[in-house]
Amino acid sequence: MEKQIKAMREKIEQAAAAIQDSKEMYQLRKQYLDNKAGQISALMKNMRDLAPEERPAFGKIVNELKTWALDFFTEQDARLKAAELAKKNAAEQIDVTMPASPHTAGALHPNTLIANELIDIFAGMGFTVFEGPEIENDYYNFTALNTPKDHPARDMQDTFYVSPELLLRTQTSAGQIRVMENTKPPIKILSPGKVFRSDDDATHSPMFSQMEGLVVDKGITLCDLQGMLDVFAQNVFGKNVKTRLRPSYFPFTEPSVEVDVSCFSCGGCGCRLCKDTGWIEVLGAGMVNRKVLENCGIDPDEYTGFAFGMGIERIAMLKYGIPNIKMLFESDTRVLSQFSE
Amino acid sequence: MIVPLSWLKEYVEIDITPQELEKKLFDCGFEVETLTQTGGDISGVVVGEVLSLEPIPETHLSVCQVNCGEHGNFQICCGADNVKAGGKYPVALVGAQVYATARDHVTVEGLMKIKKGKLKGFESFGMLCSGIEIGLNEDLYPGADYCGLLVLPEDAPVGADIKPVVGLDDWLFDVSITANRPDCMSMLGIAREVAAALGKPLKMPATDYKTDGTELSGFRVSVEAPDLCPRYSAHYVRNIRIAESPAWMRRRLALVGIRSISNIVDITNYVLKEIGQPMHAFDLRDLTGQQIVVRRAAEGEKIVTLDEKEFSLNPANLVICDGEKPVALAGIMGGLNSGIKDDTADVVFESAKFMRDNIRKTSRALGQHSDSSQRFEKGVDEYATQLGLKRALHLIEELQCGSITETGIAVSENRNPDTTRPLSVSVSKINALLGITIPDDEILRILTNLCFAPQIDGDTLSIQIPPYREDIENAPDIAEELIRMYGYDHIQPTFLAAASVTNGGRNAAQSSLMKLKRVLCAQGLYETIHYSFYSQKDLDLLKLPADAPQRQAIRLLNPISEDLSIMRTMLAPSMVNAVIRNVRRGNDSGRLFEIAKTYHSQEEHPTQEPEEREALSIALFDGGKVSFFDGKAVTEAIADAFRLQFTYRKPEDSEKYPFLHPGMSAELLLDGSVIGWLGMLAHDISDAEVPEHAVFLAELDLTALRPHLLSELHFAALPKYPVVQRDIALLVSEKILCADLEAVMKRSCKSLSSVTLFDVYKGKQITAGKQSLAFSLTFRSDDHPFTDSEIDQFVAKILKNLSKEFEAEQR
Repeated sequence: MEKQIKAMREKIEQAAAAIQDSKEMYQLRKQYLDNKAGQISALMKNMRDLAPEERPAFGKIVNELKTWALDFFTEQDARLKAAELAKKNAAEQIDVTMPASPHTAGALHPNTLIANELIDIFAGMGFTVFEGPEIENDYYNFTALNTPKDHPARDMQDTFYVSPELLLRTQTSAGQIRVMENTKPPIKILSPGKVFRSDDDATHSPMFSQMEGLVVDKGITLCDLQGMLDVFAQNVFGKNVKTRLRPSYFPFTEPSVEVDVSCFSCGGCGCRLCKDTGWIEVLGAGMVNRKVLENCGIDPDEYTGFAFGMGIERIAMLKYGIPNIKMLFESDTRVLSQFSE
Repeated sequence: MIVPLSWLKEYVEIDITPQELEKKLFDCGFEVETLTQTGGDISGVVVGEVLSLEPIPETHLSVCQVNCGEHGNFQICCGADNVKAGGKYPVALVGAQVYATARDHVTVEGLMKIKKGKLKGFESFGMLCSGIEIGLNEDLYPGADYCGLLVLPEDAPVGADIKPVVGLDDWLFDVSITANRPDCMSMLGIAREVAAALGKPLKMPATDYKTDGTELSGFRVSVEAPDLCPRYSAHYVRNIRIAESPAWMRRRLALVGIRSISNIVDITNYVLKEIGQPMHAFDLRDLTGQQIVVRRAAEGEKIVTLDEKEFSLNPANLVICDGEKPVALAGIMGGLNSGIKDDTADVVFESAKFMRDNIRKTSRALGQHSDSSQRFEKGVDEYATQLGLKRALHLIEELQCGSITETGIAVSENRNPDTTRPLSVSVSKINALLGITIPDDEILRILTNLCFAPQIDGDTLSIQIPPYREDIENAPDIAEELIRMYGYDHIQPTFLAAASVTNGGRNAAQSSLMKLKRVLCAQGLYETIHYSFYSQKDLDLLKLPADAPQRQAIRLLNPISEDLSIMRTMLAPSMVNAVIRNVRRGNDSGRLFEIAKTYHSQEEHPTQEPEEREALSIALFDGGKVSFFDGKAVTEAIADAFRLQFTYRKPEDSEKYPFLHPGMSAELLLDGSVIGWLGMLAHDISDAEVPEHAVFLAELDLTALRPHLLSELHFAALPKYPVVQRDIALLVSEKILCADLEAVMKRSCKSLSSVTLFDVYKGKQITAGKQSLAFSLTFRSDDHPFTDSEIDQFVAKILKNLSKEFEAEQR
C-alpha cells in the first residue's frame, strides 16, 4: 500500500517536472486532486474495501499524500506563474522616451478663458453677468451714453451702421443703459461681448471683445474704483501688480481715467512689453456721468457709480504673450491647441 | 499735435527739463506720444572757421585749413562754390553723424558717419556741411536751402556745438488731446495747462492794433444759416504788401510742419496753430458786391477749391458766398476764385465758428480735408474766434504788411464771447465723488491756476468758467479738474465701503452655456471665434442658390470691404473657411466649434433691432478618416450631457442643404422640431477646396436648444435584479432604418430597457439589397428576477413583430 502511495508521489513529481505551463499544471493537479474524479480522492474510496482496523492507518497516509500534493501543486503553480509573468513582462518592454499618445482634450478659446477668469473674480464681488444685443440702437450705443450726434467722441470709434438708426455696437457700455433702465440700484454687472469698429490693421481687428463693469449705488467713490481695479489686476496679472490712474476722457464717465498696470514682465523696470515705461495700459474707466444716470432715470444726487471697460483680446494677448490679434480669429489648430486646460 | 518747447516758452516760463514737463503733462491728462529733439540725428558738428584754402588743380575742390577751436585745426577738402577764407561753416568732425544727400545735394538719403578720407592725394579730416546735411531747411534757418555750404554768422563761436547756433536744440512734444478739450488744440491752449500745472503766470500773445480810420462803406456780412455758423466775423485790411514772412514766424511754422507761403497766408496758419482758430483771407477784388453771405449750398451748386478740385454741392454743405457765387467751402477750404495772389491789395479776413458736425460731414462726404477742417471738426469756441481775429490783425501790424481799417463785422447771437459762466457746486459732494478730501486751500490754488476765479463760502464753491472751457458743466467736471491737478496718486483704494452686498455670478442660462462649451471640449473640440460678418461669396462657397433664405442677410452701410459686408445668417461658411485655412497651412486634423450670434432682419419692422439668434457650429476633419458617425457622436454627447433625446432623419428637402453629401446628411430634431442639421461636406466642395479630406459639419439653433439645457440632475434607482442581455442578428432590406427597427423592438416589450446596434454587414454572404444588423438587447425588471424562458418569450415576440413590420429574418 505504502508502495502504491510512494509510486503515485513519484509519478506526480515526474509528470510535474515535464510541465512548463501553469494551465497544464492545473490539469495535472485536477487529475489527482479533483474532488470527484481525482486519483487521490479515488484512493479514499478504496478505503471501504479495507478491514475496519486497517482503515485509520490507510486514511492517515492518504491524507498525508493529499496534504503533500496540495503543497506541491501550490508551489509548482507559483513557480510557473512567476516564470510566465517574467516572460510576459520581458516581451512587453517599451521605450518610455517615445512620444505620448495624442491627447484628445479640446480647448476653450483664449477669449473665453479670460472672460471666465474675469467673471469668476467679479462674481465673487457680487457682480452678475448681462449680455446685450450686438446690433444696437444708436440711442443705447451713443446718445444715452452722453454722446449726441454731433459729438466729436463719435470720431473716436468708427462705427459700422446697418441703417441710420441701427449699428454694430462699438462698446459693451451700450449694455449699461439697458440694465440701468430696468434695474434699481444697487447695480453690479459685468457685460462681456463682441464689439465692432471700422478698423482693420496690424493691431486692430474690426471685431473684438470687451468686458464692461458697472457699479451704481449710494456713496460709490473714485477710491472704490481704484480698490476694485487693484483686485482685478492682482488676480489677473499677479499679486505684486499695481494700478495707476491717469486722466482721460470718455463721454459717459466724469472724471474719466485710463488705467495702467505695472509691467508684470519686468516688474516696472522697463522692458519690451511695456515699451520701457514700466506700465501697461489695460483699460478705461471712470465715475458714471451724471447725465448717463439721468438718462436712465436714476437720481444722480442720490446715487453715484463707476464703470470700466477692457478689451478681452488685449488682456489675453498680454497674459498669454500672443503677438497678433488676428491669430485669435484664424482658428489655426496649432494656436488653439495651446489653450487646453 | 506738435508743440515746440521754444514756442511754448513764449507764453509761460518753463524751468524744468523737457522730460519733467512731459511727466507734468501726462499727469494732468495730456499724454505726450513722442518727445523728440530737433537735430536729434545730428552729432559731432561744430562751428569751424576756414583759415586758408588752396584750390586743387583741375578739380572744383579746395584744401581748407579749418579752425575748430577746442577741437583743433583740421585739413578738410571741400567742393562747395561758396567756401571762402575767413568764413564760418558747420564742420562735421571725424566720427560725426549727418544726413547723406543724393547727387543733387538736396534730397536726403538717410544718415552717414564721417570718416577720415583722401581726395586727389590730399587727406581730409571731416566735412564742411550744407544746411540740408544738418537737417535744416530755408524756413528753419535762412540760407539753409543753398546747395553749397551753410554760411554761419560772423559771431558764431568757433568750436561750439552747431545745434544751439542754428536752433537745432529745440524739443518737440507730440501731445495727444482728448476730445473734450478742443480748447487745448493750440500753443496757447497747451500753455494754459502748463502754466496751471507749474503754477506760473500765462503771458497772453499781443492782440492790440491800430486802425487807419478808413471804412469800406457798403461791405456787408449776412449769415443765413446761423444753426451751422453761430459766429462769423470779418475784417477788412487794405494796402496789403505780399512778402516773405519774418524768420521767427517761418521757423515756428516749419517746426510744426507748415511750409511758409507768404506773410498773409502764414499769418492765418500761425493763428490756427497759436490760438487754435482757423482763419481765411479773401481777395476783396473777387467778392462781387463786396459782401459775404453764409448759406447752405444749392443742390448741384459747384465750387473749385484752392487745390483746383471741383465739387458738386448740396444743401447739407455750408458755403461762404459773395453777392453771386460760393467763394469758399466753409471751414474746409477757400475757393480758387477768391484766394490770395501776388498782387492782392485788399483782403477780408474771416474768423468764424462753424458747427463741428457739419464740417465733419461735409469734409467726409466730399473727401476734402485741411488743417482748418480738422480743427473745426473738434469744435472751436466763440472766444477763440474773436481772439484769433485780433491776433491776426496784430500780426498784420507787426509784420507791416497791411493797413487795418475800421471795417470789422461780427454776426452772432452772442454779443460778448469773452463772458465767463458762473457755477456753484458743493465741496463735500466733490470730495464724496472722489472719496478723498482735498483741502480747501488746494482747491483754491488749483482752480485759480486754471483761471476759474474760485471762492469758497462754507460748503459752496463758486467759480467763473472761462469762455473757452465749454466742457465744464457740473460738479463732476470740477472734480475732474481738481483731481487731475491734485494728482491721482492721492486716490487710496477702498473696497465698496458704502455699497450694498449683492449676489453675483452667472445665471442658470449662462452657466448652462459654459457647460455646453466644456462638453464640446471634452469631445476634443477647440472653441473658435470668427468675424460676425462675411460676404455673399462665402455663401457661394456653400453652393447656396440665389433665393436661399440665408442670403437674406443684413448689409452694412459702410463695410470695410466687400469681404466683410453682410452679417452672418449661419456660421457654417466661416467654419468651412477655417477648415480650408487649416488644411492649407498643413494642419491635417482638427475638431472645431463656434458659438455665436446669427442676425436676421425683421422685414416688417426695419427700425427695430434685428433678431439675433445663437447658433452652434461644429466641424471635424482628419484627412479622409472622419465619418458621419464621428460627428454624430458629438451631437449625442450634447444630448447625453443634458439628458436630451435627439432624433435624426434624412432631410425631407435635400436641396435645402446643397453643401452636404446627399447620402450622408441629416436633420436633427428635438421634441419633433428640426433644430439643426449635420452631415459630411458635399464632395464637390471638399474636392475643390480640401482634396483628400472628408469634413463633417453641423449647425444647431442654440436659441431653440437653450431652454432644454436647463434640466437639473436627478438620480435614477439602480436595477433591483440583474439585467439580462441577448444579442440578435437581423437580415432586413437596406432601405429599413435602424431607428425604425429600434422603435418596434421597444414597443414590443416593456422590459426592454435598451437596444444597441453593434454590427452592420452587407456583402457576399447575404442577398443583394439586404443588410445584416446585430443588436444587443438589455432587459430589466424591478419586480422579479427573469427566467430564461421569459426572456425567450420576449425575444420571440420582438422577432415576430420585426418580421411582420419589416420582413426581418433572424440570422
